[in-house]
Amino acid sequence: MTSDTLDRRAAPAVEAMLRRHRLRPAEALPWLLAVAAYFIFPDYLALGSQILANILFALSLDLILGYAGIVTLGHAAFFGVGAYAAGLLAAHGWGEPISGLILAGVAAAIIGLASGAIILRTRALTLLMLTLMIAVMLQEAANKAGDVTGGADGLQGMNVWPLLGLFHFDLYYHTAYVYCLAVLFLFWLAARRIVHSPFGRALTGIRESEARMHAIGSPVFLRRLTIYTVAAGFAGVAGALVAQTTQFVGLEVLSFERSGAVVIMLIVGGVGRLYGPFIGVPLYMILQDRFAQADPVYWDFWIGLLLVLVVVFARGGILGVAERLLRRFGGTA
Amino acid sequence: MSFALETHGLTKNFGALTVSNEIDFRLERGARHALIGPNGAGKTTFVNLVTGALEPSAGRILIDGTDVTALSQAQRVKRGLARTFQINTLFRGLSVIENVCLAIGERLGVAANFYRPAGSRRDVVEAAYAALERLGLADDAMRPVRELPYGRQRLVELAVALGLEPKVLLLDEPAAGVPSAESGIIIDVIESLPQEIALLIIEHDMDLVFRLARRITVLVQGAILVEGTPEAIAADPRVREVYLGERAPA
Repeated sequence: MTSDTLDRRAAPAVEAMLRRHRLRPAEALPWLLAVAAYFIFPDYLALGSQILANILFALSLDLILGYAGIVTLGHAAFFGVGAYAAGLLAAHGWGEPISGLILAGVAAAIIGLASGAIILRTRALTLLMLTLMIAVMLQEAANKAGDVTGGADGLQGMNVWPLLGLFHFDLYYHTAYVYCLAVLFLFWLAARRIVHSPFGRALTGIRESEARMHAIGSPVFLRRLTIYTVAAGFAGVAGALVAQTTQFVGLEVLSFERSGAVVIMLIVGGVGRLYGPFIGVPLYMILQDRFAQADPVYWDFWIGLLLVLVVVFARGGILGVAERLLRRFGGTA
Repeated sequence: MSFALETHGLTKNFGALTVSNEIDFRLERGARHALIGPNGAGKTTFVNLVTGALEPSAGRILIDGTDVTALSQAQRVKRGLARTFQINTLFRGLSVIENVCLAIGERLGVAANFYRPAGSRRDVVEAAYAALERLGLADDAMRPVRELPYGRQRLVELAVALGLEPKVLLLDEPAAGVPSAESGIIIDVIESLPQEIALLIIEHDMDLVFRLARRITVLVQGAILVEGTPEAIAADPRVREVYLGERAPA
């Protein structure tokens, strides 16, 4: 009898922990919207493809920034490596998109592993500066190696073969959009697996207190390096998507602006929630598109104003605000 | 016969300053041992050297007779060494039960798994909940640690360390920052810990030391001044002079 009451009292906390990784209906929402957008906005599929690829890019940043607490201003390094890897393959006779995508991801992961093995020994501002420097060095290397990369003119002559040998990358971005959506979905599933795994939980432990992680016997450096490598691979795939669907790679893929913009997009959407990118990236890129048309010179100002408002009034990004509202007006979120 | 924990000639210099000076220390299995000393005696430095948070300038550290001087903090934890912190060092944004789950997950070696959901390990979650029940924390299981009063957080410190099922447990001022009305709960918990855990309690609070410890080591200016039973330490004139700040009657 006593043990029965104990068990029933145990149920809520234990059961909640055991259920945390289950899919909830709300998680289907971004995918339904993305599919609907294909039919509702057929004239905007070029922008839509870019948004999907950048969601993957921001998702890869969320893994290291939101979960492991690694602050970086050089995440474009891996996006750029992936873009150039996919671009160079397609420009030199191997235009098969899926294998190109995988090779680009692997190339970016290798760069992530190699640079992470050095810079992840540092913390805070030192680490921030080093991530920035890695990206700057790679961009300068790509600039100097103009014979290979096309330098400031960009990489010319990419020839991406039809997807699965069947679907040409058409001028209206029909194939590109579906391709980006399918790839994003697969990598989102993988990211979701990771963050709900014991490894993913250990990452949040590192974010909350490294000292305590050491004290419970966690190999902190190894964990950080692992997720940094994985996130670099994801970012490389995102870069490859952009390269393959636009059939062009410019130095901009490695730029500080891109590293900074992805941080902003993630923060606006919400950090460490896996869904922040699905809100922050479309919002940022659609606003950028609108502002750039309405005010071609000063559109940056409006983006900046948005960021100030989010930081001042919406801690935790848009998702953070939504969570607080749900808690206040609807009980459980 | 080997000891649960030993140090031989353990020394730490910060530049010209010697904060630990050739400390030879032995902790017996199942010990209830206190390390006391005035402010700046090097007590926390000693803990950091033993756990591996700091690298010694000289000397050796043995756990269970095995030299661990070259091992990382994490590897020492795997050998059965756990600690609590003088200032709460917890996963503040995570729930109480998650704090303990992380420790248990590390002990059981599941934390490297990045494919299966953490929620598929019912054994980890139930072990964590059982630990919380023992410390009277079950009702707060799902609350984020940062929402708990400081005294309750001190108990979570203990719960996380106990989740590691240590052979040697270093308690760095376990009741520090807790109102005296609540420190009784913490002392009760420490008193009820399994006998086979060797306890080293680093403390300021003399009531707590004399209630819990069966052996006391006094550290002064980075070196061991004297070691003995609580009665011997209380009566020792050198201790009264340097530690209790009283001059022994001539």
